Parts: sequence; C-alpha cells; structure tokens
Amino acid sequence: MAENTYLIRGAAILGGDAEDLLIRDGVIAARGNGAATHEAAADATVIEAAGLVALPGMVDIHTHLREPGREDAETVETGTRAAALGGYTAVHAMANSNPVADTAGVVEQVHSLGRDSGWVDVRPVGAVTVGLAGEQLAELGAMADSRARVRVFSDDGICVHDPVLMRRALEYVKAFDGVVAQHAQEPRLTAGAQMNEGAVSAVLGLGGWPAVAEESIIARDVLLAQHVGSRLHVCHVSTAGSVEIIRWAKSRGIDVTAEVTPHHLLLTDELVRSYDPVFKVNPPLRTETDVLALREALADGTIDVIGTDHAPHPSEHKECEWAQAAMGMTGLETALSVVQETMIETGLMGWADFARVTSTVPARIGRLEDQGRPLETGEPANIILVDPAARWTVDPDKMATMGRNSPFKGRELPGAVIATFFKGHPTVLGGKLNVPYRHPETAGAVSGN
Amino acid sequence: MKHLLSTQDLSAADAIRILDTAEEMAAVGEREVKKLPALRGRTVVNLFFEDSTRTRISFEAAAKRLSADVINFAAKGSSVSKGESLKDTAQTLAAIGADAVVIRHWASGAPHRLAATDWIDAAVINAGDGTHEHPTQALLDAFTMRRHWARLHGTESQGTDLSGMRVAIAGDVLHSRVARSNVWLLRTLGADVTLVAPPTLLPIGVEKWPCKVSYNLDETLQAGVDSMMMLRVQGERMNASFFPSTREYSRRWGFDDTRLRALDELGLKDTIIMHPGPMNRGLEISSAAADSPRSTVLDQVRNGVSVRMAALYLLLSGDTRETVPATTQSSKESH
Repeated sequence: MAENTYLIRGAAILGGDAEDLLIRDGVIAARGNGAATHEAAADATVIEAAGLVALPGMVDIHTHLREPGREDAETVETGTRAAALGGYTAVHAMANSNPVADTAGVVEQVHSLGRDSGWVDVRPVGAVTVGLAGEQLAELGAMADSRARVRVFSDDGICVHDPVLMRRALEYVKAFDGVVAQHAQEPRLTAGAQMNEGAVSAVLGLGGWPAVAEESIIARDVLLAQHVGSRLHVCHVSTAGSVEIIRWAKSRGIDVTAEVTPHHLLLTDELVRSYDPVFKVNPPLRTETDVLALREALADGTIDVIGTDHAPHPSEHKECEWAQAAMGMTGLETALSVVQETMIETGLMGWADFARVTSTVPARIGRLEDQGRPLETGEPANIILVDPAARWTVDPDKMATMGRNSPFKGRELPGAVIATFFKGHPTVLGGKLNVPYRHPETAGAVSGN
Repeated sequence: MKHLLSTQDLSAADAIRILDTAEEMAAVGEREVKKLPALRGRTVVNLFFEDSTRTRISFEAAAKRLSADVINFAAKGSSVSKGESLKDTAQTLAAIGADAVVIRHWASGAPHRLAATDWIDAAVINAGDGTHEHPTQALLDAFTMRRHWARLHGTESQGTDLSGMRVAIAGDVLHSRVARSNVWLLRTLGADVTLVAPPTLLPIGVEKWPCKVSYNLDETLQAGVDSMMMLRVQGERMNASFFPSTREYSRRWGFDDTRLRALDELGLKDTIIMHPGPMNRGLEISSAAADSPRSTVLDQVRNGVSVRMAALYLLLSGDTRETVPATTQSSKESH
C-alpha cells in the first residue's frame, strides 16, 4: 500500500450525503463515485467512515502555546498534539510568550517549532506593541515579511487601549494585508476585576468586570476601523451588548470580524459560586442572556468564528484562592464537542455552518491559503472525520495538552474526532494520535544525517 | 453543619440553634470559672492572612473557654509571606492535626476553597473573607439584636427570631463582608432590612438582594428603624472617587449628633446603634452616638465570644452535648 494514499469510504461530506474521498500526496485526488475506481485507489489505505462526518480541518484563530518561556504550562509540541486531537490542522499562536513575539526572530522561532512538531500549521500572531506594553508599535512589517509570514497582530491578554496607538496599528497593517485582533477590555473599568459584574459578583464579593468595559472598546475600534479603512478582528466576544455593536458595524459595511470561545457559548458566571478558579477566565463567564445572544450571533454570522483561547496553566496557578489564580481555560480538545452541543444539537447550525465558523472563515482572517478549503478534488487534504453520535466524559488528565484546567471536567459532551488529515497525512487515526507530518525539507535533512 | 462559611446558606433552624447555643455559652461567661471542658484535646488554628486583632482574640477566647488547644498562625512573619500557597499551608495544618481552622483571608472565597478541596479535612470557620462574608460577625449582631428585641417584647431570647424588626445598615456596602452576611442572616431571621449608602458604594446587582435600598439616611430614619448599624468607611475610598470628601460623606451618610437627636424627636426611643468596629469616630459615627446608651458596640464584642464558642462547639462536638446544659435544640439537621 502507498503510504500517502487514503480512501475514505462513505463519509457524510459537511454532514450531507455519504461520499468517498481519495487522498493522495497531500491533496484530494477524487471525490464521490470516481474515488474508489481511481487508479490510485487500488493501493490506498481504506478508512471506513460510514456514520462519520467529513469536515475541513479546523483552524484556531486564538491559541496560547506558551512556548517560548512557559514550557511548564505548554510547549508547541504538546499544544499542537492537543490541536490535532481536537480536529485542528492550523492554529494561531498568540504573542504573549516570554520573550513576547514582537520581533521577526521570535515569530520565526515559533513557526519553526511548529514545523518541526508537524501536527498542525502553527501560524504565529505578532504583538502589536513592543513587549505588549501598549506604548510603541512592534516591528509589524518585519514580522509580516519573516518566514512566519505573520498576518494577525494582537496584544491579546492586554487591550491596545490607547486610541492613537490602535488607530496607527490599524492603518499600518494595511500595508501587508494584516489584521489587528483586539482584546477588548477598557483597563480603568476593569482594575482588580475578577468576574462578570452583576448579580453573582455582588453576592460573592469579587471585583466586577463590567460588560461596558468590553463594549466601549469595541465601539471605539469599529469606528476607528471605519475611519482608516482597515480590518479589525475582535477576540473572544462575551456580551450581548458587544454583539449588538458588531451587528451595527457590519450593517454599516465596516470590515470587522469577531470570534467567540466555546466556553462562552456554554458556561455562565453561576459557576463562579464554587470559587473554583478553573472557571476564572478573561473575559469572564457572563450570564445566560449573554450566552444565548452569542449563540444567536454565531448562527446568523454576526460573530464569524470560533476561537478557543486555549490557555493552559500549571496546576499551582489554579489550586489557590480565586483572586490569586491565573485566568484561562484549555479548549483545543473540547472545542468541537462544545460547539456541537451548543450550536448543532440545539438546531442553530448544521455541519456546513460548523465548517464555516471553525475553518473557512478563520483561515480567511489569518490569510492561510491552503486551510479552510472546500472538500473538492484538487484541494489540499486538510480533513477531519467526526463521529457525531459519540458521547464522552471530559477527563483533563487524559488530554494531550499539559494544562489540566478544563472547565468541562466531568461533563458528558457529544462528538468525537476520529481522524485528522494534515496535508494528506493522518495525524490522528481511530481517535488517537498517529505520527506527525514531516515537511519534505525536514525529512530531507533527517535522511541526510 | 460541617463548616461555617457563609450566612447565605445557613437555614433558619441552624441559625437559631447557633444563637440559642450562644445563650448557653454566655451564661458560662458570667461564671467565676469561665471554662468548659467541651473541646479538650481538640486543636483550633486561627489562620489569619489579614490583620485583625479583634476577631482573632475573640476566636481565641472562645476556643480557650471551651478548653481547646489554640494555635495562632498569622500570615505575616510566617512562611506564607515567603510565598507558600494556601494549599501547602492547609496541608501543613492537616499534618499538625488541626480539628478546626478559623480563617481570615483578604481573598473572597478562600474559606470555601479550604472546605471544598481535599487539602485539609478540618471544620472551616470563615472569620471574614475579602468582600464576601463574615458570618460570625452577623451572628453576633443578630444575637445582640435578638436580646434587645426579646427584651422589648418581654420574652426570653431562646428560640426566637427577629420577625418584624426594622434594621438599617449604612455605609460602604460594596466592600463590606459584614453587610452581606447581615443581609442574608437578618432576612432568614425575619427582619426587614434597608441598606443606606451612596450609589457608588452599593454593588451592581444589589437590587436582587432581599432588602430595600436607600440613598437617604434621614428618610430611612423617618420611616422608622429599630436597629441602626453603621459600617466602617475607609477614608481612602475618597481617593478612588467613591465620594467627594470625608466631610460630605459624613454629612450625608454618617450617624452624627443631629441624627442622634432625631431618634428622640422621631419617638424612636428603643432604637439601638450598632457598629462592628473598629469605628472611625467623626466619619461614619459621632462620638456622642458611639458612646450613647443606645450604642451596643461593647455588647457586640462581648457577644462575639459567646457566638464563636457556639460555632466552634457545634462544629467540633457534633451531637455529643453532655457538657452543655440541655437546650431547646431541635433534632439534628442533616447535612
């Protein structure tokens, strides 16, 4: 059998009719009736996919891989293993590493670590400002021109709150078709913030993170994007009010995209009553009203994409008092299931919509040419097979990520990733990690030794 | 009860049981030998991550009157200030053999973490956590109010609640664990609570609390108040623009001499004035009010020991009650 040829039999393409897919040399060689009779099918590895849904490999617009600097929390290797298991073929690695990804050198390092790992495409996000300090633009052009070809720029974790700096960043990235991904959080309104400000924070005596601190920044930024004619992406939208502002901006033709995390589609601030820091995240878990508005916005296209904001932390940063704990949750290995639970099983979306919000549009925002493509003959074979009938109970100890901080621990969720094909190579088979993809030049280097 | 973490989850039956037990404990405090053998051989740790001499000595006196061994663990000058985690501290106390941990912490929810994790298996008593709760303060306040309310009605305190009592709580509600614990407990005991504060010092979401909210202290007094509780206001709030100046705060929300006289003019001859201490005389309460016969400030301190004895006793001795005179306690609550 040829090592690089796979015949997927009877998968429901985007949840539609069952068809065959023939993968060869990293591309889809044939789809449908012709696949099994294709000359290359004879020595293909056959994967029976009856009952499974075939989707384009997922693209995460918002991942924290922690390397370099916090290899005790996650490495590019462990984070991308988690990504492959979660159905991803590309992730955008956020810039808040140590050193910060604010130079061509650091983004190239992260990019090359990703290539060496071979589980997914790792696309580094460049910092907007030097050291995420919000004072001076980082060398955005150098990062764009580097081998990492950065197109998404973000100070994620910290808001680019200075309106002049934000305006300049939005203007400057037009030169290389970049986008500024804003972490919308007005800093003065959120000093000491611990959780959503509302009925629950009033009772718990935890510092409030008011919705207006997110909404006021988004309102300002969409107006700035309009004024300078640039592209804005809003990270992890969490409130019903933000949805209204983005809907308004889109109706005015402003070039804004927005993401929502799986956890904001499912969890609410009621969970904070336990004071368990596994539920501490930024932006914080909001109310049921917000959750329902976010689901509706994702279904109607106001919110464009799912971003996991996968944020692994060592256990000591969560096994402590709420106020002492780090903010963030893991998400790569649960994203598909949570979105299935909240969007598909509720009837708000179908699998074709799922492909749009987890693959097609995030790839477009990040300008990834060979990701998020249709499952058609001649297209790159970044494909996942999903068993929508599976049900499983989340156990963080069994995850590939080093982070044990999953807020879904103990929950039963639907949907399982059975196989992930990255560049036509199965990184995941039978729901388990297979072997990583070896880039031709990497393989050559190895054989040359 | 396994722990005493908040008054929000305290049933009326449990609250009255603690107050009734505290009455028995108060009787012990009036004896020549103020000591019971109830907790002999048991170890109570006062784990204080925040300075509070008043609360700590109150708990210490309570535990010692019950013959418990007391260890005081202050975060300052200990390994905690060198970066030891709450988890390690708790596991250390477990290894030492603590039966109860009385915890004061600057972080809201820290006592809940001790109780919910497997770091330590001891009974946990919340002695004030951040801006969340201070349940024994609310219980001692309720104890003080209940004695007053029962005396007015010519009855014994035992077994009674605060039905019909009008309580006003004025001050920095936003940052006050005392206010939160009092709101829940007083409501559970049947009192009618009004919070009085500048809007900046009330939390967003207060409208869902089981109480009335007023921005006007004079109107609240005119409507009739049986217990007027003043909360400590920290002058540094002024710097964060919660109010323009301490003088303006004092004029609008402080219990000053004019308002003390107003109680007489309004015919509220039995209204008591409460304060959890420490007081800012001249800011939220005038000296004349603090020192007037209406003031229960020292009664509150005294009653604090009785209430804390009751809490320690009920949590640590379960249903072995032979060392305390039989009370009117209802059957054991299942928890």
